Amino acid sequence: MSEATASHEGITGLVDDWSADKQAYHVPWGKAMMWIFLVSDTFIFSCFLVGYLNVRMTTTEPWPPQSEIFALSFGGDPIPLILIAIMTFILITSSGTMALAVNYGYRKDKVRTFWLICATAAFGASFVGMQAFEWTKLIVDEGVRPWGNPFGAPQFGSVFFMVTGFHGLHVSAGVIYLLWVAFRVKRGYYDNKGFEIVEIAGLYWHFVDLVWVFIFAFFYLL
Amino acid sequence: MAEAEGQQHPLGIYYKIWILLFVLSAFSYAVDYFDVQGALRWTLVIIFMFLKAGFIVAIFMHAVWERLALILTILGPPSVLLLLIAFMAVEGNYTEELRFDYMGHDRDAVALTPAELHGEEGGHGGEEAH
Repeated sequence: MSEATASHEGITGLVDDWSADKQAYHVPWGKAMMWIFLVSDTFIFSCFLVGYLNVRMTTTEPWPPQSEIFALSFGGDPIPLILIAIMTFILITSSGTMALAVNYGYRKDKVRTFWLICATAAFGASFVGMQAFEWTKLIVDEGVRPWGNPFGAPQFGSVFFMVTGFHGLHVSAGVIYLLWVAFRVKRGYYDNKGFEIVEIAGLYWHFVDLVWVFIFAFFYLL
Repeated sequence: MAEAEGQQHPLGIYYKIWILLFVLSAFSYAVDYFDVQGALRWTLVIIFMFLKAGFIVAIFMHAVWERLALILTILGPPSVLLLLIAFMAVEGNYTEELRFDYMGHDRDAVALTPAELHGEEGGHGGEEAH
């Protein structure tokens, strides 16, 4: 690159070079930024899951039986993993309502968009509620701690609280973010700006669902 | 530019993918419910997981309709993680074998279930529950 376009030196030159008339992504900048954030978040969750893989392989103590630990009884025999299955279905439902909200947003149907985002946030909040119930059950009834548990490998507790806790934090932040976007939609804040923000918020929400797909498979099922 | 008016698609595709995700989740859960074990369990769970993840990213997050530059930005860097997974799996296996062979860890240890624990108090469980 030996073109004689570099005119300034120092800080001004730096700014010039980075703000030149170039565009890599032909999407609204907010959407590109959300994607880049999500890629970085992918690495955070991957660190947890790869750490879990290594810890699970190296520990010689037997891994606690997740299927039975997360079983729940509704009067009769305990149904294996039922609470986690319900949480999974709730998160998928919320992803569906979010996808519809994005679609109605681009159609400028503010009422439907508002209510669909609110429904998504409500499903998300109920997910966090069930997670709180699950944590309480594990801590109080089963005596699981980050440093040990009565079933087997102590790493089970560390991984469980770390991974589901970090995911739950993402869901909680997502609920707040969605409600904020929903009320701005309702108040007409995006009437002139365009409704890309609904899609951007949707990307975050689908990502949270995506992470749960991996946690559900690797932590609860395998 | 190409996507100036945003991602607009017929509603039908969302409903179809939504139903598909439900079905795939039900299949995943069925693997556990019917207590499928061994290699078949791993195969099924991982296939259903990748199908679900793929449909979420492709359709719900609109990745299939994006330009290649953005798709590669999203999928390229995380693909390097496969290398990390492979390294850590090899390393983890090695560490575990060392512990069995040279540190006298029990190869046949079995985890306790909640039913066993709540049936008989004390034993192995009592010492770690705080």
